[in-house]
Amino acid sequence: MSVRNGFRPGRWRRAAVALALLSTSLAPVAALAATVKATLIVRDDDPRFERNRTERPALGHAGGTVGPALDLALKDGQLELDAAGSKLVLDSVRVDSIAGARAAALKAESAGASALLADLPADWLLAATDAGKLPVLNLRESADRLRERDCRPRLWHLMPSERMRADALAQTLAARRWQQVLLLTGPGADDQERSATAQAAIKRYGLKLVASKPFKLSADPRERDLANPLLLTGIAGGAAYDVVWVVDGDGEFARTLPYRTALPRPVVGDAGLVALAWHSSFERYGAPQVSRRFAKASGRAMTGQDWSAWLAGKALVAAAVAAPKGGAAAFQKALAEVELDGSKGVAMSFRPWDGQLRQPMLLGDGQSVVASAPVDGILHPKNALDTLGADAPEKLCKAR
Amino acid sequence: MHRHPQPSPAARAALALLCTALLGATPPAQAQGVAWVSSEKDNALTLVDLKTGTVTGTVPTCKRPRHLQRTPDGKQLLVACGDSHQADIIDLATRKSVGKLALGDDPEAFDISPDGKTLYASNEDEGALSIIDIASGKLSKTVPVGKEPEGVKVSHDGKTVWVTSEAASLVHVIDAASGTVLKNVKVGKRPRRFALTPDGKQLWVSNELGASVTVLSTTDYSTLATLNFEIKGVRAADITPVGITMTQDGKRAFVALGRANQVAFIDVASRKVTDLVLVGKRAWNVALDKAEGRLVVVNGLSDDITLVDVAGAKATKSIPVGRVPYAALVVE
Repeated sequence: MSVRNGFRPGRWRRAAVALALLSTSLAPVAALAATVKATLIVRDDDPRFERNRTERPALGHAGGTVGPALDLALKDGQLELDAAGSKLVLDSVRVDSIAGARAAALKAESAGASALLADLPADWLLAATDAGKLPVLNLRESADRLRERDCRPRLWHLMPSERMRADALAQTLAARRWQQVLLLTGPGADDQERSATAQAAIKRYGLKLVASKPFKLSADPRERDLANPLLLTGIAGGAAYDVVWVVDGDGEFARTLPYRTALPRPVVGDAGLVALAWHSSFERYGAPQVSRRFAKASGRAMTGQDWSAWLAGKALVAAAVAAPKGGAAAFQKALAEVELDGSKGVAMSFRPWDGQLRQPMLLGDGQSVVASAPVDGILHPKNALDTLGADAPEKLCKAR
Repeated sequence: MHRHPQPSPAARAALALLCTALLGATPPAQAQGVAWVSSEKDNALTLVDLKTGTVTGTVPTCKRPRHLQRTPDGKQLLVACGDSHQADIIDLATRKSVGKLALGDDPEAFDISPDGKTLYASNEDEGALSIIDIASGKLSKTVPVGKEPEGVKVSHDGKTVWVTSEAASLVHVIDAASGTVLKNVKVGKRPRRFALTPDGKQLWVSNELGASVTVLSTTDYSTLATLNFEIKGVRAADITPVGITMTQDGKRAFVALGRANQVAFIDVASRKVTDLVLVGKRAWNVALDKAEGRLVVVNGLSDDITLVDVAGAKATKSIPVGRVPYAALVVE
């Protein structure tokens, strides 16, 4: 018996087969269904799904594997697929390296898959994308570089980018007129880049960075200036602040920061008020039904990662409905044109300039959804959703 | 409706003055009746006197009340309660609950057969339509439909039931007698509610995320027209139509446009928007009074209803009701 809380490959494969066999009794149109294949590639022994992480997921982190959310999306879409005379079969492969990701992508393509779904780290994702000619749905990676310098024409992102999260938070702070920001940045691999993204958003929305400090998880008294929340947030070295914006991809430091600051000020960023793709407490636009269906199927609360995976499943269904015979080129075209309903109140589509799904963001503290972005009053010449993340005129993705 | 004899100009002026003094505004039409308004977070119905435009009381009901309908004999009001999984039966004469009717898991909307014997309710969580025998209170059949079913409508002859599936963007055509799905018809994104023309030939479907109304032929289920809402200064994404109702002569339709905070008046024959009236936040469901002179618009995000004068296409009064109001029904 494994100690990991992860979704075992055998179970997921069985689930996929069961889905494929799901009876079409609801559909009066029992036409000869064409079979469309897609392959999900996930990382073996993913450290994100270690028990100590998924038992107490930090806000914005994964609560578990993508399997249950994809399963739900395919079930939700069964009727539409039946009506279109399309049969969607999704199988799943686990890989343990970049080379493994590339090989799995090639194998799926030669086996006739029309699209890949990937819950992989950035470099693995790029290797899988570059292996062949299939469109790839990115279920996991929020790194901005995948939408900018490392973008790809066939890569479609369901997860909001880091910049979308930072913009959503900065808009919310601007709307509250909480303008003086103390920024704390962690030592994690992505923290420097995410901190730069946060600083750009702070500047973009006219907030003021009063100080920026690194922090470190440590009990060493010689490093207390880096590790002690009171010393990090004291005003001795700088001006007073309205909020503490903490950048901590790991999450262990951030989650202990609220209520431990020297001044009685809110914490935002990776703890306190966090920009999320979804939260199970969201009450509008039919969201409770989605969260409830997910909780029933998986036995846990639906997180932003689950929502992104669910929406990837919906995008796949929509592509299979638009292109019932499948094929990489037909799927690529269909994905470029899909309009998805993700129970966030608006129809959502992929941005042609970087493949990112435009979507509203929820600002939550884990108990409730406090606000959503784009905030009221934010204007954009075409679509207010495009105030979150890289916009077309910036031309940050040269490959598309 | 009783028409009052025309008063003399002097009397009219005096009356207008009196009305102004009493109400702070001149009511453009003689309104009467009581609007019953359900509010999702209150477990109660708010009663609004349309003559005075004031809240006269509340009636406690089951948990998370949503859709409201009168029984065909007009004596009772049925309230679908999502969190109680049942309908509350309210006697309109005494304004008291006289019983409950199980509707299956998380009922949202429903309709009643013309003979008053059968109730059809959409079960949002289960993705099902429950068919219930009202007299015995027994569930006679559960029909699986697409996820998040919402609007339910029974044809005039009682033979066909239509259900929208929000998640699948379909209208299910269901044979009432056997409970089988005859056809799935693709409509706009996130279809919500229905209106049926008096001749029974056209089924109007509001598409919340399509900013449109699909007009279906009930003969062959072809799309006769798609009415796309366009409002100057409002983006398509902010036009989210939900509630829809039609006059008894089938000449005019009224559609609440959700986040556009407006209600559209539509000429049914030409399928054109004739008027737009600004109401409260997230205009949600609409109801007409018997004389069709007054439209009650329920605003989900401003916790109020707006009374709209139909002849003048003008909002006359906004009245605070419960928390997260859902539907209204006018009883005269």
